[in-house]
Amino acid sequence: MQNWIDAYSWINIRFLLQGLWITILISVISVILSFIIGSVLGIIRYAKIPYLSRIIGYIIDVIRNLPLLLIIFFTYFGLPAFGFKPDTIPAAILAMTVFESTMIAEIIRSGILAVDIGQMEASRAMGMKLSQAMWHVVLPQAYKKMIPALVSQFISLIKDTSLATIIVVPELMQHGQVVYGQDPNYIIPVFVAMAVMYFVVCYALSLLSKVIDRRMA
Amino acid sequence: MIKLLTDNWSAFISGFGWTLLSSVLALFFSLIIGSLFAILEVMPSKVVRVIGNVYVEIFRNIPLLVITMFFYLVIPLYVVKINGFTAGTIGLTIYTSAFIAETVRAGINSVDSGQMEAARAQGMTFWQAMKNVVLPQAFKLVIPPLGNQFVNLVKNSSVLAFVAGFDLMYQGNAIASQTFDTVNTYVVVGLFYLVITLPISYYMQHLERKLA
Repeated sequence: MQNWIDAYSWINIRFLLQGLWITILISVISVILSFIIGSVLGIIRYAKIPYLSRIIGYIIDVIRNLPLLLIIFFTYFGLPAFGFKPDTIPAAILAMTVFESTMIAEIIRSGILAVDIGQMEASRAMGMKLSQAMWHVVLPQAYKKMIPALVSQFISLIKDTSLATIIVVPELMQHGQVVYGQDPNYIIPVFVAMAVMYFVVCYALSLLSKVIDRRMA
Repeated sequence: MIKLLTDNWSAFISGFGWTLLSSVLALFFSLIIGSLFAILEVMPSKVVRVIGNVYVEIFRNIPLLVITMFFYLVIPLYVVKINGFTAGTIGLTIYTSAFIAETVRAGINSVDSGQMEAARAQGMTFWQAMKNVVLPQAFKLVIPPLGNQFVNLVKNSSVLAFVAGFDLMYQGNAIASQTFDTVNTYVVVGLFYLVITLPISYYMQHLERKLA
């Protein structure tokens, strides 16, 4: 028999919520960093700078097509061979940022491509420099178009933080394993609780994205 | 790196095989399940639409790892003993089916509604019209996004490593812990993944450009 009452004791629930907090913390820090890095990479790839854009393009394609789990392993177990040994949470943030930056770079690039080329040409004709036209005219329109894709990428990121449990990052999945590890009769209740917590955060974000999208349309 | 590859060739190849098998099986079943739920989501009956929607939203918003571990731990407890590979593939199938349902639904919605109306006016039932008229047109539109889903599926199949699924990632970890050569092992594992994912994603980009 699954023991729902003891599984949901306040101590256990509080422990899971602490895990959720770490999950959110890692996700938010990673998404901010990857948004900045991803924007730079996306713009460089779009700008078709000789050699640089192409090389960055290949790097983005390679990283995007690898499993995040592999990148997490590499960061935590591979980097020490180069004399850099990050702690678990920084390692998770580093791995997530490397992976998500490439995902966001592609979203940014296709967002910029979706802005009518006439916008750029008109701004340049008005005497703006490329960087000015990009910053004041093209990017504001591009970001607006990208909001749904960016939010769904953020949702994936939150779900993907669960993979960091493999390097014992104290996030929700790992705390869940600790709780049901005490007693096999806690397994189903704990999975239900974890699923509800992830669902509430992710679904709320997807609703928010729909609202923003409707406001802007 | 070459020596590492040749020394552990059979382990890498068997991992590669299980990864590929799991991904193909999960793609096959999630295409069926995903298309069914996509059709539910566009059915005339509101109750049925809600059922389809609830399934999709639940499994899209829960991490794959949670779903996979649930099957790995709970099915043996109450139903039958299953191995990590089976549990992992079931988890992958259910998770991916929710994404495929969304993709196929978007495809169905982008087929002009006149097609369905005309087919119905010809005396076809809803299912006949769906199967013979709407779905063939929808599938053509969703091939590039479905290809990208398959790339995600191959990458996601690395969760099998959590449940001893003997996939590429699992074998990679075993080799890394035997040889202590983590860097080269993970690079080789990465190359094996890229062999599958890069060609597909480049081909899908090419298709997208052609369709656009």
